[in-house]
Amino acid sequence: MGGLIVLVVVLAAATVAGLALRQRRGKFRASPAGALRPLAGRITLADPAVLTAEELGVPLGARATLVQFSTEFCANCPPTRRMLGQVAQDHDGVELVEVDAAARLDLARRLNIYSTPTILVLGPDGAIASRASGQPRKADVLAAVGEILGAGAA
Amino acid sequence: MGIDPRGPRFGAVITTIILAIVLVTGSGWLLLAQTVVFAIGALAGLRYAPYGFVYRALVRPRLGPPAELEAESPPRFAQGVGMMCAAIATIGFLAVSPLVGIAFTTLALIAAFLNAAFDLCLGCHMYLFIQRLRPAQ
Repeated sequence: MGGLIVLVVVLAAATVAGLALRQRRGKFRASPAGALRPLAGRITLADPAVLTAEELGVPLGARATLVQFSTEFCANCPPTRRMLGQVAQDHDGVELVEVDAAARLDLARRLNIYSTPTILVLGPDGAIASRASGQPRKADVLAAVGEILGAGAA
Repeated sequence: MGIDPRGPRFGAVITTIILAIVLVTGSGWLLLAQTVVFAIGALAGLRYAPYGFVYRALVRPRLGPPAELEAESPPRFAQGVGMMCAAIATIGFLAVSPLVGIAFTTLALIAAFLNAAFDLCLGCHMYLFIQRLRPAQ
């Protein structure tokens, strides 16, 4: 029966995809300049690996900035924002900026943001040090922030 | 104000089962019923969602109160995405071609299954995808 075969194949493929997505969810990846190449054929003048205070519309944190891209229809965004806000509050010179991805499609396109929440960790100069898609664990956020604070102290 | 996040998750389990039956039997009429279920959740609100009534009557009393509430708009938007998919598939089964029905039922099934099994809201992510399809200024 064709439908049954389709069903089995689809559920097997979706299980593999689901496991892979869950593995990657909320994990921070280093974000070197080349990794954020803008989509082919679209010319951008700004350095894709840097976010400036002018672009964000608010001052950057003195030591690090957490930028969270959210949308109105994102179930995990509010709890993620609460947790990141806590981290920012606990660390001097670390600020949290939340950006509505749907209102800032320019940034979403330039930074290749397809899902929310996406979190960028910026150094004091606005350089994007690492990024994560999906709700991260607090320990992973602290590690990503610690990497920048540690580099600043050294 | 928010909703119990386990409600939509429970709904996704029922939806997965219904869509799996549709895929195996090719029943356009069963899919039409599921399309109506999607439509009620998306258009009237999750408070009126049929599987939500089942959840509140039979499941929630056994679980106790939720650890935290979540906003209604993401799962409601996802119900709208499901409604569109299921509507196209229903028309496919009943009027156009079973292949169209199978293709769009499969899309809806993948989304419902990922939600039920892995708590991934594919329909929610569709929002930014759709926004991004708009031409750049």
